[in-house]
Amino acid sequence: MPVFEYAPAPESRAIANLKDSYKPFVNGEFVDGSGEPLKTINPATEEVLAEVGTASKSDVDVAVKAARKAYNGVWSKMPGTERAKYLFRIARLIQERSRELAVLESLDNGKPIKESRDSDVPTAAAHFFYHAGWADKLEYAGYGPNPRPLGVAGQIIPWNFPLLMLAWKIAPALATGNTVVLKPAETTPLTALVFAEICQQAELPPGVVNILPGAGDIGASIVAHADIDKIAFTGSTEVGKAIQRQVAGTPKKLTLELGGKAANIVFEDAPLDQAVEGIVNGIFFNQGHVCCAGSRLLVQESIAEEVLEKLHHRVSTLRIGDPLDKNTDIGAINSAEQLAKIRGLVESGDAEGAERWTSPCPVPDRGFFFAPTVFANVHQSMRIAREEIFGPVLSVLTFRTPDEAVAKANNTPYGLSAGIWTEKGSRILWMANQLRAGVVWANTFNRFDPAAPFGGYQESGFGREGGRTGLEAYLNV
Amino acid sequence: MSDRISVAKTYKLYIGGKFPRSESGRVYPVTDAKGKFLANAAHASRKDVRDAVVAARKAFPGWAAATAYNRGQVLYRVAEVLEGRRDQFVAEVSSSEGLAAKKAESVVDAAIDRWVWYAGWTDKIATVLGAANPVAGPYFSFTVPEPTGVVGVLAPQGSSLLGLVEVLAPVLATGSTAVVVSSAERPLPAITLSEVLATSDVPGGVANILTGRAAELGPWLASHGDVNALDPTGAAPADRVELAREAANTVKRVLTVPESEPDWTAAPDLTRLRRYLEAKTVWHPLGV
Repeated sequence: MPVFEYAPAPESRAIANLKDSYKPFVNGEFVDGSGEPLKTINPATEEVLAEVGTASKSDVDVAVKAARKAYNGVWSKMPGTERAKYLFRIARLIQERSRELAVLESLDNGKPIKESRDSDVPTAAAHFFYHAGWADKLEYAGYGPNPRPLGVAGQIIPWNFPLLMLAWKIAPALATGNTVVLKPAETTPLTALVFAEICQQAELPPGVVNILPGAGDIGASIVAHADIDKIAFTGSTEVGKAIQRQVAGTPKKLTLELGGKAANIVFEDAPLDQAVEGIVNGIFFNQGHVCCAGSRLLVQESIAEEVLEKLHHRVSTLRIGDPLDKNTDIGAINSAEQLAKIRGLVESGDAEGAERWTSPCPVPDRGFFFAPTVFANVHQSMRIAREEIFGPVLSVLTFRTPDEAVAKANNTPYGLSAGIWTEKGSRILWMANQLRAGVVWANTFNRFDPAAPFGGYQESGFGREGGRTGLEAYLNV
Repeated sequence: MSDRISVAKTYKLYIGGKFPRSESGRVYPVTDAKGKFLANAAHASRKDVRDAVVAARKAFPGWAAATAYNRGQVLYRVAEVLEGRRDQFVAEVSSSEGLAAKKAESVVDAAIDRWVWYAGWTDKIATVLGAANPVAGPYFSFTVPEPTGVVGVLAPQGSSLLGLVEVLAPVLATGSTAVVVSSAERPLPAITLSEVLATSDVPGGVANILTGRAAELGPWLASHGDVNALDPTGAAPADRVELAREAANTVKRVLTVPESEPDWTAAPDLTRLRRYLEAKTVWHPLGV
């Protein structure tokens, strides 16, 4: 196979306007948090990017008070038409500063610039645009003639899509008239703090949005705070369960977007080249740091060999390296800790007897990288078939009949997403009915849109984000 | 009147479409509102809960896959049979709850009408709660509500029939299956409702009704790995926090319920239907 040498095409790092230090955003201003400052690093080089002030428990209290005051005094009283205009402003400002946000996101998170530029940032803007339009139409959302906001929302988001998850959380909360206290992930706080600047530029009333960088203890303080009316969490199932336990017995409304172990099911009549693209997109997009990643490939036995061969061929063409290089397909693993977790699970795959294939692509010797890996001969009982790996690691299982595919796909406590590849429409719809998952992609994978509800069954959480359904999470109905 | 001795009845559980005694062999005395002995009711055990969950899980795929029209027909049939047994329910509600005949009649009528209301929702939920998603790309995307699975229900302790209908019917209307723990002190209308369900084309296992104590059985339902949602209405308020914590271990959907038992005669809304539904979004590319 010919290997085309691509000249490096790095995006300019200067576009990120990276500052030496960043601060928490409370009541419309950047303040000195009283927590221990953290250093956020570039996972592709392990260099320190910036120092970030963090919140302490008392800062959480100040932020919640600011949010409450803004809720009572301004935001809940404001007519929806006016609230909408702030959200439209924010959407436009994100679009205007999109290149800056994309580069900063890639620096802080390690994701390839082509993904932050073409997917994360535009979709974040789209979420504000979509929800802006709901702000003055809530009485048409199907929750009665006078749907009311909940109050102050505490929101905790993960590191895999720092800006996009922020948009998923903040846009519907503000559109429905709530104010927010949001904690970005410890390892990826930067774009959230640039978003805070955007809130200032949009002249959003002080206190409507508050952003508190910090670690899990700050998240726990937000969850525990008595004056918060709603908790929205995206992250691991383990932490989600702890939050659900903690919220039990309080009046707080809760939505959870947790882990997944999605089945991507390929039938023998599928358009195989397209399916292979979908498999690659399903598991290697964002280094596999995707809760709905298609991490279990279920392929019909009759074509398993052929698919595996095509897959190896295709995956070996993926370029791993500098996230800011426009040619890069796979960037850096977000943290040393996550890299260790991926390695541990991959070793369990070896130990349990799965057949490991790793792409021969060159891997940078600095930074946190993990070469795309495909396990064949995987059995359902193996850890790599059951546990979320959250990395560029695919487990391949086989099936013979549609019923067997359904049984294997549903054999998981998770239920976030699934994929189906077949030319047969009736089979697609039948499979879509049978699969216990909140999102089913047929002959495509990893599609997101603010108009399409997203969320899980079972231990993948409850509540939906996006669409009319997603509004329920922030309304008193 | 004659000297005829009435035939006394042994009251049993309702699991998987059958009427077994409690596995534990236990019973407890049920009295009327004035304390007069009415019957011995089966005192369900943890094993009965587990058997009922197995039955509910087994029945789930078929009930969930039934057409909405068919589910509506079956639920309407329940209302028909309820209506036919109206006098029996009036007598049991009257003695259980200590209501005057007139009041008991209106409660039973409301229960029948409520059942009809939910029967009519089966084929409308998807229209009202589903969506065609206008996504920004060449894809057909739609969202349909689907039943969440097996629902554990602690039925209200006060309202023995109307309250029971209000907590059970929405579970069945959505296509989920139910394991219900009846009112402990007032179980007879629930047992009679089991007989109605058994003779109304409701497939065995779709609704399972256990007579027993919410405080004892609730934790087994809340911690059961194969129960997807929990309605803690009949639990003592003091027990609800612990139930919700147990439920969190499997990310169960837990219905938010008021501290004290609500007025069941108030007009119902979609809250309970919504809680037992999952939204499934399906995407497919457009092209020729």
